[in-house]
Order: sequence, then C-alpha cells, then structure tokens
Amino acid sequence: MRQLNEQSIEDIALGAALLGTGGGGDPYIGKLMALQAIKKYGPIDIISIDEVPDDALIVPSAMMGAPTVLIEKIPNGSEFKRAFEVIEKFLSKGKIFATVPIEAGGVNSMVPLLVAAQMRIPIVDCDGMGRAFPELQMVTYHLEGITATPMVITDEKGNVGLLDTISNNWAENIARAMTVSMGGAVMINIYHMTGKQLKKSSIRDIMTYSERIGRTIREISQIEGSSIKKLLEVCNGYELFRGKIVDVLRETKRGFNFGTAKIDGIENCKGEKLEINFQNENLIAKKGNKILATVPDLICNVDLESMLPITTEALKYGRRIITIGIPCDTKWRTSKGIETVGPRYFGYDIDYIPVEERVKGVE
Amino acid sequence: MSYRLGVDVGGTNTDAVLLNDRLELIASVKVTTTEEVSVGIFKAIRLVLQKVDIDKNDIKHAMLGTTHCTNAIVERKGLCKVGIIRIGRPATLSIEPMADWPEDLKKVVSENFSIIKGGYEFDGKEISQLDIEEVREVARKLKGKVDSIAITCVFSPVRSDHERQVAAILREELGEDISISLSNKVSSMGLLERENSVILNAALMKLAKATAEGFKKGLKEAGIKKAEIYLCQNDGTLMSIEYAQKYPIFTVACGPTNSIRGASFLSNKDNSIVVDIGGTTTDIGIIVNRFPRESLLAADIGGVRTNFRMPDIISIGLGGGSIIRESDGEVKIGPDSVGYRLTKEALVFGGKTLTATDIAVRLGFVKIGDPSKVKHIEEEFAKRAYEKMISIIASGIDKMKLSAKSVPVVLVGGGGILITDNDIEGVSNIIKPNNYPVANAIGASIAQVSGMFEKVFVLEGITRDNAIKTAKDAAVNEAIVAGANPSTVEIVDIEDVPLAYHPGNATRIKVKAVGNLKGL
Repeated sequence: MRQLNEQSIEDIALGAALLGTGGGGDPYIGKLMALQAIKKYGPIDIISIDEVPDDALIVPSAMMGAPTVLIEKIPNGSEFKRAFEVIEKFLSKGKIFATVPIEAGGVNSMVPLLVAAQMRIPIVDCDGMGRAFPELQMVTYHLEGITATPMVITDEKGNVGLLDTISNNWAENIARAMTVSMGGAVMINIYHMTGKQLKKSSIRDIMTYSERIGRTIREISQIEGSSIKKLLEVCNGYELFRGKIVDVLRETKRGFNFGTAKIDGIENCKGEKLEINFQNENLIAKKGNKILATVPDLICNVDLESMLPITTEALKYGRRIITIGIPCDTKWRTSKGIETVGPRYFGYDIDYIPVEERVKGVE
Repeated sequence: MSYRLGVDVGGTNTDAVLLNDRLELIASVKVTTTEEVSVGIFKAIRLVLQKVDIDKNDIKHAMLGTTHCTNAIVERKGLCKVGIIRIGRPATLSIEPMADWPEDLKKVVSENFSIIKGGYEFDGKEISQLDIEEVREVARKLKGKVDSIAITCVFSPVRSDHERQVAAILREELGEDISISLSNKVSSMGLLERENSVILNAALMKLAKATAEGFKKGLKEAGIKKAEIYLCQNDGTLMSIEYAQKYPIFTVACGPTNSIRGASFLSNKDNSIVVDIGGTTTDIGIIVNRFPRESLLAADIGGVRTNFRMPDIISIGLGGGSIIRESDGEVKIGPDSVGYRLTKEALVFGGKTLTATDIAVRLGFVKIGDPSKVKHIEEEFAKRAYEKMISIIASGIDKMKLSAKSVPVVLVGGGGILITDNDIEGVSNIIKPNNYPVANAIGASIAQVSGMFEKVFVLEGITRDNAIKTAKDAAVNEAIVAGANPSTVEIVDIEDVPLAYHPGNATRIKVKAVGNLKGL
C-alpha cells in the first residue's frame, strides 16, 4: 500500500491523457474533482492487486455519457456514495473492499480516485482496458465472463437506477437510454466482482504505470530539446513516425468523431507519409502502404516539442508530432480480445498483428 | 471633413493615428509605453495632434485598443473583490469555483463563493428550482464585503432565466451601485471556463471605469470634445465606452486582432498570413475574410483557464530588441529582449547589448542609430544571425498555414524593418504596406461596430426560417443602434441550436451583425 498525493494525481492525469490514445475525454474535470476530494478527505490509499483477498468485494466506478455535458454540469460528488450503498445492499455480500477504474485513459482514470477518497476505501492498482475504449463491454472483465450488471446508475439529483440485464450488450443499450433522461452524464458502478476474479481479469499495476508515464512527460517537457527516448523506455513503446500534420479530415457519425490525419515526415522520416485513422481514439497507423500499428495496441500522438499528449480534437495542420506505438496488454491479444476490440470490430478489414512485429524490418 | 483618432497600447509602444473620412492616414506617432499606461496615451494624443492643423471638433470618433485589462490580470493589480455565485446545486459541488486559479490571484479577487439551488439540464429543463429566500440570504451576506458580483448558472448558454432572476433579486437587496456580471453574456459552454471568465470580468470593473474615464478625460484635455468614444474588443469590433465598462474582459487580446485587421486594411488583402514584429515578440496570425481566424484551444489569461475565442496567434520570442548570443558556435536569438530600453541598450544607440536591430543595421537593411558602432561585427556572423531569424519566422508561418501551398504574407509592426528578404520558405511574396509600423492603431481606428441578438424561439406558429429572419433583423437593428451605417451592416455569424426534449420544439438562435461606423 502507498498513498497518492496531489502530485501523483497530476501525474496520473497526464499519463491518462497519453493512454487515452487521442480519446477518452480530457482528464481535466476528473483531475479537479480528485484534487478537491483529497483536500477534503485526505490522501488516497492505493494497493497492489496482490494485497486484495480472494473473497473481497470489488466495485469499479466510472462516469458514462457525453463529456460535453460533464464539462457544463459537473457532478455533485456524493453520487458514488449513494451508488455504492445501493449496490452493497442489493448484493448483500458484505462491505465493499475497494474500487478500481474501468479504463486507465481519459476522464475515467480519475473518477475512482474521487470515490476512494470519499468512501475511504483503497483503489486497486489495475484497470479493465489499459487504455481508453468507447463501449461498456470493451473491458478485460468482459473477456473473463464477468457480467456488467447488476449495475447502479445515478445522477446528481439523487435518482438511482439499478439494472440487472441478460447480457452486457443489453446493459450498454439500457444504460445509454437512462443516461440521456438523467441529463446526459451520469455516474455508474458496474462489473462488480471478487478479488479472485479481479486478479484473473484485470490489467495490473496500470495506475503506477500511468503515473510513471505522467512524471516522465512532466520532466522531459520542462527541458528544452530533450529526447523522447526516456518516455519510450518508460512506456515500452516504439517511435513510429515523426512529422508535421498536413491534413485532417473529420466527420461525425452515430455520435462518434471519425477522421483521418495525414502527416508528412520530418527529420529521419523526411519524404515519407503517415496516415492515422481515428474514431474518438486512434485506431490505425499506416506509413505509405505499410501498417505500423492497429487497435488494440495503443497509438498515441505527442507534441514534438513539449512531448505532451495530443487528443484527436486537437490535431490540426502544422502541428509537429511524434507518433508512438505501445503494445496493448496480452489479455487483448486472445481471440476473444481481438474479436471485442480488434480492427475488424471497428470496421477495418485488417488482421491484428502486434505492433512489435509490425515495426520489425521497418526503417 | 471629419476625422477619427486611433490609439493602440502595446507592450513596447503606444501608437496614435489620425485618419480622415476617406480613411487615409494623415498623421501617426509612436511613443514608448509607460508604466502608468495613461501617461503614454496622453503623450501620443498630444503629439499626433501637433502634427496636423485641423479643427479638433472635427474628430468625431476616438478608439482605444489597450492592454490595461490584460496587464491588470497578469500583474494582479487594481482588481475588485468579487462575490461569486454559482447556480446549479445539487450539481457541480465536486469542484469549487476558482479550483485551479493561481493562489496569488485567487487571494486578490475573492475568497468567498456560494453554490445555490437552480440551473438547467442540456435541454433547458430545471435541475432544481431557484430558492428565492436562499438568494436573498446570499445577497445579505455579500453586502458591504465585495465591489462586484459574478453569476454563473449551469447551462446558462442554453437558458439564462435563472441568471437574470438572481441578478434582479441582488439588485433589490444591494441597490444599483454594485456591478453584476452574468456568465451567459460573457462566454459559452464549459462551466468552469465560463465562470472563470465572468469572475475576471467582475474583477476588472473598477479598472474599466478608470480606463474609460481616463481616456475620456485625456481626450477632453487635448481639446477633443465632440468625439464618440469606443474601446476595441478581441473580435475586431468596437464597444461603446458605456458597454466597455460592463464587459471589460472583451478588451483582452484586442492588440493582435487590431494588428491583423490593420494589416488587412493596409494591404487590401482579405485572406493572408500576418506577421507582426514588435520589440519583444513576433505574433503570427491569419486573416480570413478580413477578420482574424479564431483559436480552438482554451485561452489562458494570467494563469486562468477561459474559453474565449481569441485570435489564433502564435507568439515567438523574436523582436527588434531580441538579444543575440553565440554559444557553442551556434547563434541564439532571444527569447529575451531589451524591450522598450532598445534606444538605450542596443549597440547602434551606444549601448552594450547586441540586438536583432543591430544585425539589421550591420547588414545595411536599415539606417538607424550609429551604424559605425556595429562595424566590428563580422559579416559572416551577422548573416548567420539573420538566417536564423528568417528560419524562426518561416517555421512560425508554416505552423499557421492552412495548407502546404505557398502563401502571401503581410508584414507589420515596428520590428518589420528587420526583414527585407523576399525569399522565405513557404511564402509566395511579402507585402510591407505603407505605414506598416502603426498597423495596430490603424486596426483600432477602422474597427467596426456589432449588434448581437439571442433568443430561444418556440417553433409554434412560426417557422424556423422566420425565426432566424426575426433574429437577423433584431441583430442588424442592434448594430445600427450601436452606431453602424445601415448600408454596411452584414450578418457575420448565425448559431442555431435546437433544444432537444424541450416542450414545443424550441431552438436557440444567436445572430451577430457588424457594420462600419456611420458618419464616415
């Protein structure tokens, strides 16, 4: 066990922006919520997955809905306490031992920190994505057959919904409808499980990993002309390309932000071209005709000078970037994992080949 | 013949220009910006009037573009104590107002806030009802403790009723003297950013009054008594001096806007890149249809995150006063500058610091100061320094371009003397218009007036097209009331946001119209 202070939260938020792979919502609001919570309730205990008893009751927490509503209608803060009390009573399996994040990327990396501070329970150093994804069933918990429901959904006004559905896809559909009528952004708990299930299904040490990434970015962004090498070492990533954005094509379909960014190489990549396809998150990176990385591996863009992560909304002509590929967790590399979040699920007729193999033999 | 006077206060220089009614420049001056900003303004006005022989009563318009407000926020000086009211409970309690403000600014501006019941959902439904008694209590608590009040309500850009109702109750309780700023008038979606903006606006109230009255007094003392007086906003239009005292935050960043508008006017280009080289920095922006392109990113004012639509400018540390050094055989330009001390510290003026201006003099691009004082600089070194300066500017231009095509560049600002090269990578040609050093003040004096109209229309018995037409007519009328020549008014922006789930098929329509000042 160790404690997270203000600096750790700042660093985790910065790391979460990178692991958001261009999407996941800006962690800014979540970060301010978490900072206010530790000011009020004191530091947060974070424990390793090895410290969780097998029979412990674990309840993940998250926000669901439109980030554009969240930036205007900020949560009350007491939503989680209410949601936890409801699920605890319904399950009647004793006290909730700890909370965990659903996703390590974007705004949802921060929400469980607020919960942990407020409920005075620890947060377990793991998550269900190792990055950010757009849909509820896109979690490693789902791969292990853990059900999304019973789940609790609540708003700042005090309305509570308890869902018990026949499948995780139904949970997604019904929860979306409730989210809209509750005002567009809600707090949820979902995929409750035992310590044993958590150990089997989650991606371990992700918060520590995220914090280390954030700290590294903060340190190198303060030194002019520093190299990306340190960041690549910390995140086990590969530099895929460096260049200047020359075009960004966007369209909005079914509530998602689709698009393609075209990048002309500079320095060692001069004369070459990279194309990145995104749907909220970055999905495919292709240099010329050669694919360098695909989802579920992480494709992240950082500013060439500041090394700060860049969201897909902030991609624009003239920006100089470095594109990084990071291997996803091995849990995603199973056949069920690839079926759930592989390139074909997102509509690309491409086989998933791990990024470390794809970059081999590429200059 | 009638005239207009434009004054622009920048970080290094304060410029004043006089234009006649054909918009021809008849006189201009450049003086050093003074620490007490008004002193420089009065000096510039006096000097520019000395240059011409006109009847001062023929000066019908006077415009001021100033950094007063920006500086006050950055330096945390002259700000009001603000009472902060947020409407939205039970929502929003998890992040308090001013959560990530710099501590020093927070201390100066406010230490108390209330989050009261009320506010709206995204579709205009109430989150909770306003509690009138609670509002009265908050008002009584603030009485005598604050100079100014900032009110922000959840989703007020969709529906502003609660903000207006709370303001009316505060007026009843606190009287007419206290100034009240409403967030929906100041900025758009994004609660924290909008709240930050309205708090800053409220904090500027005293200064706005002092600046406005100071300018008025300065004009009067200089004998200009018949002029309509305006302040410049960051969108390139003017506000009346009365309006500016209610919404001073809109003056922030009017400098870059004026330089881009001035450059467009002087060069007669509707679309182009503008490079404004000052004493300390070079600002690069883009003219799109005679107005600056706006930035998409959150604007930071004095360490406070806001969502103002500022001109999309990149600022690089290169200006006439930039200090030149050599280290490890490499030439370094700035980013520090001798600033307004250029005429004392640069080599050509007998100083001891090697500046970008000295390089330009050494290479014979310009004759200022004493060229013999830079003869000892090796030509090869001067050439390398110059190349470095050009490459810094070229890379800045490249970042701002919309496409990879070569583009024309309009060069303005006092530091424009540095550049004679017509061969910058990615630039098709460089236009240095006449009077380019005072483009900012010219931008201030040609600024237009605008009218805004915003309303939620319930589309029953009225079609959407008719609702938009009604809103357009109202906006045009507002612009004319604000002083626009009717024949020049055009609609520049229409926002039409349907309110889903709102009973009766409602839509919020917001229209902005701009036109030239009449009488010219």
